[in-house]
Amino acid sequence: MSKAKFGIIVFPGSNCDHDAYHALGHVLNQDVKFLWHKDSSIGDRNVIIIPGGFSYGDYLRCGAIARFSNIMKDVVRFASQGGIVAGICNGFQIVCEAGLLPGALLRNANLKFVCKNVTLNIENKKTIFTNAVNGIDKLVVPIAHGDGNYICDENTLKELEETGRVLFRYEDNPNGSINNIAGIINKTGNVMGMMPHPERASEDEVGSHDGRYIFESIINSLN
Amino acid sequence: MYLAKIKITLRKSILDPQGKAVEHSILALGYKNVEDTRIGKYIELKINADSEAEAKKIVCEISDKLLANPVMEDYDYEIMSLNPSSNGNSVKIHTGKVH
Repeated sequence: MSKAKFGIIVFPGSNCDHDAYHALGHVLNQDVKFLWHKDSSIGDRNVIIIPGGFSYGDYLRCGAIARFSNIMKDVVRFASQGGIVAGICNGFQIVCEAGLLPGALLRNANLKFVCKNVTLNIENKKTIFTNAVNGIDKLVVPIAHGDGNYICDENTLKELEETGRVLFRYEDNPNGSINNIAGIINKTGNVMGMMPHPERASEDEVGSHDGRYIFESIINSLN
Repeated sequence: MYLAKIKITLRKSILDPQGKAVEHSILALGYKNVEDTRIGKYIELKINADSEAEAKKIVCEISDKLLANPVMEDYDYEIMSLNPSSNGNSVKIHTGKVH
């Protein structure tokens, strides 16, 4: 039996929360609960998913308001104690704003909202989020964002590259992201942010099941 | 009471694709002598503070914590006193930049 207890944070404007619930609860048969942004505690959850969407209407900057929501205080506490946190799309923007990951996500270089399947190269397979991708080097998962152009300062980029913290790279860069970065992890390896949507690619019926490997990796790492 | 006017722009080192797109349209209008178009945000707020120094401290704190993201943005601000001066007009009392 898996010991993973997933908590999916729901902000006003989250719109991939139910996709994540479906992938984890119905496809992977895990224990999943929604956590409302006004909650003050993540309770008994031992994996936190910050889903995609347009939290607080993307007002001010993507993720800037969500970062100050009540639940995020406990998510930051949880992450600092080694708890597993995965930020997907808007969730990636939120964890960057919260300071759990370095850098920021800018407007796509071509100014277009890009919604399509992309191919990701897996750059590090020895992480909480990628350990179940045996024998696979690439994942096909969808992206759907207007602000996915990852940037960080030169020193941070050097550190990310040299310490295996770039997790996924776009094969064909859709947004201008520096070094084709699609996803990164923090220094301690327990917080991950990625722009592509693994929760929308968990069954062949929707075009790809490659996203499942990421969730299976998380479940693996808790067993 | 103080009035703060805060301007937020992408850092100079960061390409501003929106600014570029607008500049293309400006050039298309026939103004060939326009360059370096940058787009930013303008935020105005009133602060009930006891002193100019306190108002300035509050503006910088909320700009650093929330209004601007230092990874990609710079901000500058003006603070004006709304307390009537001898001639009844508000006066600009402080400006600053954080880059």
